[in-house]
Amino acid sequence: MISAFRALVARDLTLAARVGGSGALSLVFFLMIVALVPFALGPDLNLLSRIGPAILWLAAVLATLIGLDRLFQADEEDGSLDLMTGAPAPLEVVVLAKVAAHWLTTGLPLALASPLFGLLVALDGTAMAATALTLLVGTPALTFVGAVGAALTASIRRGGLILAVLVLPLMIPTLIFGVSAAQSAIGGTVPFATPLTILAALSLIAAVVGTLAAAAALRWSE
Amino acid sequence: MTASLWTRLSNPGHFLRWSGAAGPWLAGLSALTLGLGLYLSWFVAPPDYQQGETVRIMFIHVPAAWLGVFFYGSMTLSAIGTLVWRHPLADVAQRAAAPIGAAFTLVCLVTGSLWGKPMWGTYWVWDARLTSMLVLLLIYCGIIALWRTMEDPNRAARAVAILTLVGAVNLPIIKFSVNWWSTLHQPASILRMGGPTIDPSMLYPLLTMILAATILGVTLHLYAMRTEILRRRVRTLTIREAERLDAGAPTLVPAPAGAAPLGQAL
Repeated sequence: MISAFRALVARDLTLAARVGGSGALSLVFFLMIVALVPFALGPDLNLLSRIGPAILWLAAVLATLIGLDRLFQADEEDGSLDLMTGAPAPLEVVVLAKVAAHWLTTGLPLALASPLFGLLVALDGTAMAATALTLLVGTPALTFVGAVGAALTASIRRGGLILAVLVLPLMIPTLIFGVSAAQSAIGGTVPFATPLTILAALSLIAAVVGTLAAAAALRWSE
Repeated sequence: MTASLWTRLSNPGHFLRWSGAAGPWLAGLSALTLGLGLYLSWFVAPPDYQQGETVRIMFIHVPAAWLGVFFYGSMTLSAIGTLVWRHPLADVAQRAAAPIGAAFTLVCLVTGSLWGKPMWGTYWVWDARLTSMLVLLLIYCGIIALWRTMEDPNRAARAVAILTLVGAVNLPIIKFSVNWWSTLHQPASILRMGGPTIDPSMLYPLLTMILAATILGVTLHLYAMRTEILRRRVRTLTIREAERLDAGAPTLVPAPAGAAPLGQAL
């Protein structure tokens, strides 16, 4: 089971690296949203540093959606999903492996690169570190919630739009606690640890519910 | 005893029969209670000493909010019925409930914002309650949209059941997080109903309206379920007819429409 998990993660990472490098692409998308916001709001650095964590989180939510519609659809089209369903390893492990690979190519690079992008919106050192930490803790929740939508829309052609409609309302709690954790690090009445632990709890809940629900959706979609 | 009664009532064929008989009675009952409730809330209930006549919006607003949540709850139960027992009627019930629940949620939001304008001076505030109702409406929209994109009703049923259950797990979390978020950003300044307890002169009309709206919602749901069953039957018959024509066997005697087995027609 562990070896199947490893093999699947390695396969998806290889695929992501060879087919256009989805990790790099979502980073560019992330950068683009961060760059668009000052054009909309004006180059006021005080304002930008105040809403900086919110911008980074919003960009992370949108960047997670990139490539999510292909998470199971690509395998569904070329038939490899049928092989995975028939494999001795339970489908939940398959889902977990694919989600982990997706997070490694989108969520993790975003979290690691966010201090760099924090410079663009004039965050100071504490805020940068706090935002990066919240992204690191919170983006798994986004990916797991997104995986449920991806599994539900796997067999729908052009399911990208409906995937966003299904998944975005469910990402609201993660967004709220991610931003409030990052804000409370800059200053506020709430200690940093409180929203951060809730954010970690959301990630864990999403990991359980998301894996089971996505596997159920794939199993019953035939 | 109760289990066998339940099984009998939820058989699709039996359901069509008893719901056909019960429908007009329920419709009449809901018209009666709705008339009584509207009379009480318009002519009997006194205007509020602070809000004046606008308080009467409450008699539409609160029942709509209750039904918006009520139908999500019933959809969750139906989703369990679909996934665990694969009951065809559970799926029909869930599908029929979604547009009604979405409509009541929308009514709640619209009346709420019409009420908010004279009371709070604005049509919309990002208050915790308003925001969580809005999210509920968005989830309803997602469910309806997912249903529309899937051709095969059986596959759509299971997909939507999973989505409904995931949404049901998420709704309390959303409610809780929105409360947290709203109290962080606007600590005081939130005007809310229900600080003081409601006076009996307003409470009884309100309870009557809630009862009336619930009966109305159940009646609408029953009729929507009947429509959905008939729609599926038409779909199956159309497919069968197409298959018969496709097979190129015109000499075959076509099965009369009423003789289609119910289990397959669903």
